[in-house]
Amino acid sequence: MSESLGGGATWRGLATLVAPNGRRRFLQDRPLVALAALLLLLTAVVDILSPGAVTPEWVSATLMFAAPLGIIAAGQTLVILTGGIDLSVGVVATTAGYVMATLSPNGAAEAILVGLGLGVLIGLMNGFGVAVFQVQPLIMTLGMGLVVTGVLNVYAQQTVAAGAVPVVPDVIRQLGAGRLVGIVPNSLVLWTLLGVVIIVGLKRSGYGRLLYATGNNRIACRLAGVRVWQVLLVTYAVAGLLSALGGILLSGTTNVADRGLAEPYLLPSVAAVVIGGTSVFGGAGGYSGTMLGALILTIVAGLLVVVHAPAAIGQIVYGGIILVVAAAYSRVVNEQT
Amino acid sequence: MTSSGATVAGPPPVSLTRHLIARNGWTISVYVLLGLLFFFTFAVNPRFSAYDLRSLALGALPAALAAVAEAAVVFAAGIDLSVGALISVSNVLAASLMVNADFSHSLGLAAFVLAALTVAGLINGLIIIVSRVPDIVVTLAMSFVWSGVALMILSQPGGGAPPEFLALATGTFMTPWVPNALILLVVMVAIVWLPIRSRPIGLSIFATGSDPQAAMRSGVNVVRARLSAYALCGFFSGAAGLALTMNTGAGDPLSGGFFTLTAIATIVLGGVSLTGGRGGMLGPLAAAYILALISSDLIFLGVSPSYGQVIQGTIMVLVVMAGGLAALRRSAK
Repeated sequence: MSESLGGGATWRGLATLVAPNGRRRFLQDRPLVALAALLLLLTAVVDILSPGAVTPEWVSATLMFAAPLGIIAAGQTLVILTGGIDLSVGVVATTAGYVMATLSPNGAAEAILVGLGLGVLIGLMNGFGVAVFQVQPLIMTLGMGLVVTGVLNVYAQQTVAAGAVPVVPDVIRQLGAGRLVGIVPNSLVLWTLLGVVIIVGLKRSGYGRLLYATGNNRIACRLAGVRVWQVLLVTYAVAGLLSALGGILLSGTTNVADRGLAEPYLLPSVAAVVIGGTSVFGGAGGYSGTMLGALILTIVAGLLVVVHAPAAIGQIVYGGIILVVAAAYSRVVNEQT
Repeated sequence: MTSSGATVAGPPPVSLTRHLIARNGWTISVYVLLGLLFFFTFAVNPRFSAYDLRSLALGALPAALAAVAEAAVVFAAGIDLSVGALISVSNVLAASLMVNADFSHSLGLAAFVLAALTVAGLINGLIIIVSRVPDIVVTLAMSFVWSGVALMILSQPGGGAPPEFLALATGTFMTPWVPNALILLVVMVAIVWLPIRSRPIGLSIFATGSDPQAAMRSGVNVVRARLSAYALCGFFSGAAGLALTMNTGAGDPLSGGFFTLTAIATIVLGGVSLTGGRGGMLGPLAAAYILALISSDLIFLGVSPSYGQVIQGTIMVLVVMAGGLAALRRSAK
């Protein structure tokens, strides 16, 4: 009897592996596999639409342009995991890149530190409002974005009046646009290192677990003795730091540091997180998905250039892809529950 | 909604004024702030003329209508990040259709634009309901789509509208001190929003925003309420785009982008809770004028518009922090 029971269980196990239901189950547990498949599919589409386009140089360039978005979206991922959203990432990245470039003639190292420090400072202010005053993250980061944009414009007017010209220092240009052994972008190395630290940190460190816990159920966390406000404060500060880093890297990649540097990265940073499978309600997801999301968005943007799509079509396709991937996730999640 | 029922049965009618003040405290404060700002404006600029008032009302009109659009969705506990893109669509649609139209023809076209944008809002709502993807994600994605649609209609700034049509907003009514733009705003809100607010559908929008589960269990058609909120949002975004056309006399596919975030800022300043179910349209209308008046005062005082952004952002953050503190104290009681 017990023999056949065990056999039955095995059969059921096998059935879930091969049946369509089982296949879906597989994708539910490993959404990254589906994302990676989408990534390969898009690469194939690029190669079909423009034969011979997919070369090692193309891969290298795609990775290089995905890195700044991926790093800015890293901060966004952490904030969204707590159930918030950071609408100031674009402004923070721009400010860090621009201020760094205007200060660089007096010493690149100090300039970079000031840029990163500004990111932490703005992040701390965001975190202060969200964690201590319980302002909704959307409003707090939006308001801070306005304040910082204004301050940056005033700063820019004064530096231009003083005759300073923003210059991207060599070391940043090397980091953003240089390649190791002629093919591996330096920015990819930086991005990969950061990615490993964030992914392992989220999984293994106490702070990482608290981040998920806070996003899952803030009240339960508070009752369990977690100092939720400290978790939030740290998260927004780290997000500010990562956005600043992304902005500085972007200025190196494009060799431009103006007041519109990273403004267009705000919405794609949220989109990369959503495509990567992190829930906008917080508590579920991770950075590996976001990294694939940033790559997918970069390939789509490149694809539209390759096929000479008009800007209008490009925007519509971009929005459509975000929508389709998000809808696919919600279908999977709804079936799970 | 239950609180008004409780007032009838419970405390004596003496507390009615106090009850009204408590309920509308935020709105009253916003109007007091607006009054003080006007006072300040006259103090620093004794020559503040009817012309200044007219350009103030004209500048505030699209922003105020965008805030009304966003508020309609936020009342139902949603959020629409595509308001700015919808405004661009309306702006370029109007400017490209009306470029050679006469006045009577342009009125018909304006009605068509409003209808088209209502459908666009409805599409946003339908996608949210069918896909079960959170509002913020869908409208974020749709903001790209609608921006693309705007670029398809008009790839670069251009188009136009007959001067009589522009005068609907740029002119004045009876005396030079009553700008058409203000009348237009009040009339639009009064004839579209008030009837909805006072009917069951308006109540169902607020009930859905307050607690969708409870609303559904007490027989509210939650799907219909959310769809109506998004359709209203589309309609008022369309109106904001028309207002922009009247103001600039042309279409620009990138004109609306700025309005998404300011609309959210305006309604928060106007006392609308982003968690839904709470707030009114009077607060956001005054808030739109406050923000417009602050920037015009700063321009008059010769302060760089950049400081204007700093001040707007600071006011917004401080006001919301104060609101957050008040809510904390209330819940601590």
